[in-house]
Amino acid sequence: MNGVMPAVRFDHVTTVLGGRAVLDDISFDIAPGESVVVLGKSGTGKSVTLKTIMGLMTPDAGQVFVEGEQVTDAPRHVLSEIRQRLGFLFQNSALFDSISVGENVAFPLRRHTDCDDAKIEEIVSGKLAQVGLESDYDKMPSQLSGGMKKRVGLARAIVLDPPILLVDEPSAGLDPITGGEIDDLLCALRDQGTTLVMVTHNIPSARKVARRLMVLDAGQIVAEGTAEELDRSELPLVQTFMKSEGSG
Amino acid sequence: MFAARAARDLFRPPYEFSEILKHLYELGARSAPLIAVSGLAVGVVLSMHTRATLERFGAESMIPAGLAMALIRETGPLTTGLLLSGRIGAGIGAELGAMRVTEQIDALEASGVDSFRYLVVTRVAACLIAFPLLTTIMNFAGIYGGYLAETLASGMSLQLYSQRAFAMIDFPMFVASTLKTMVFGFIIATVSSYFGFRTTQGTEGVGRASTQSVVVSSILLIIVNVLLVQAIFVLFPSVR
Repeated sequence: MNGVMPAVRFDHVTTVLGGRAVLDDISFDIAPGESVVVLGKSGTGKSVTLKTIMGLMTPDAGQVFVEGEQVTDAPRHVLSEIRQRLGFLFQNSALFDSISVGENVAFPLRRHTDCDDAKIEEIVSGKLAQVGLESDYDKMPSQLSGGMKKRVGLARAIVLDPPILLVDEPSAGLDPITGGEIDDLLCALRDQGTTLVMVTHNIPSARKVARRLMVLDAGQIVAEGTAEELDRSELPLVQTFMKSEGSG
Repeated sequence: MFAARAARDLFRPPYEFSEILKHLYELGARSAPLIAVSGLAVGVVLSMHTRATLERFGAESMIPAGLAMALIRETGPLTTGLLLSGRIGAGIGAELGAMRVTEQIDALEASGVDSFRYLVVTRVAACLIAFPLLTTIMNFAGIYGGYLAETLASGMSLQLYSQRAFAMIDFPMFVASTLKTMVFGFIIATVSSYFGFRTTQGTEGVGRASTQSVVVSSILLIIVNVLLVQAIFVLFPSVR
């Protein structure tokens, strides 16, 4: 890391679920501005990795740091402050279904800033325009398609301009075109300097977004490197992944 | 642990006033029609039964007082609690359960919000405020439901009925019996929030959380009511 404080650090993290170590003594660093994709079969701890970074899950052993601050065992007020520097795009978007699209995106602003209503509306409209949904401010989440929900989820995740964005299966359940549009939005954020940590099964998407890929299997990182480096891997699991063209 | 945390966080800022107001409307104001109509019906039925019994002893004039005492002391609070454990308990269990399985609770946490304070404590606070008010609505609706039955049966005037109904009701009795429903509100809100929060297994889990919320809170409410009646008798001897 050349002395630069990592955006995310896993230090010997172990998480046991249902008697099985889904993360088994894992350590890695993610540098600021880096875009990392975590690959692996279902149930290998990819989403657990994201939720552990966010502090939504507590590891059984080890430490997790975000921009040098310990997430594991952090008091709630510290965790709340750390989470304001993290955006999270959930696999199923997780929009609040009782409030409108605009209010979903405005939610973090209302909680964590002193902006007045006019300023909030201006920021939210800007973020919705960024994801191509500027005309859907007043719609309810139930009126949106899966792809639109993902875009709203992304707008909500980036509304506080977090330096780190965690993305869980962005193209899951979407057609290739819509999935590609989400990838373009993520690439734009990456190019603006946002640190991206993405979980996906979709190799074309991973190739497009990631500068570094990590392959998880049996609780371990079994391969790590650029897409080109993983293309040359001799591990059967990695070969299978890198040759697949599935869309998640 | 869950209930203890809810009780502790009720008195710790920051307070989510806008959410409490929203739940007061959803859980409280929107329950008022159910409570009022039920109270009216309970009053009519109680009056009819009481008349049938007291007529044998020529004590029909005691009907308003007996009805009011029965309603204010026990029937009103307990009926309100059981009705609301159905309406509110099922609602909270299902709503929080659905939020859990659709990751909305995780999304709240990811937004830097304490989901427990935002979702649970606000509902508990709203129930603590709403239950005594709804019980009062139930009591008055029941008493005047009794008047409807009584005026049809005997032609008793509203003024005379009211005089007789409230003649034996003293303030400590009314306050003690009404305020005990705050405990009912706390039980229903925490039990149903607990089942909603720990929902797993998708929509099936949501249904289970909703059912468990109603069943467990109703049973707890009936058991706790016995203890509360004993406590009221000790703390307010004049109520006996």
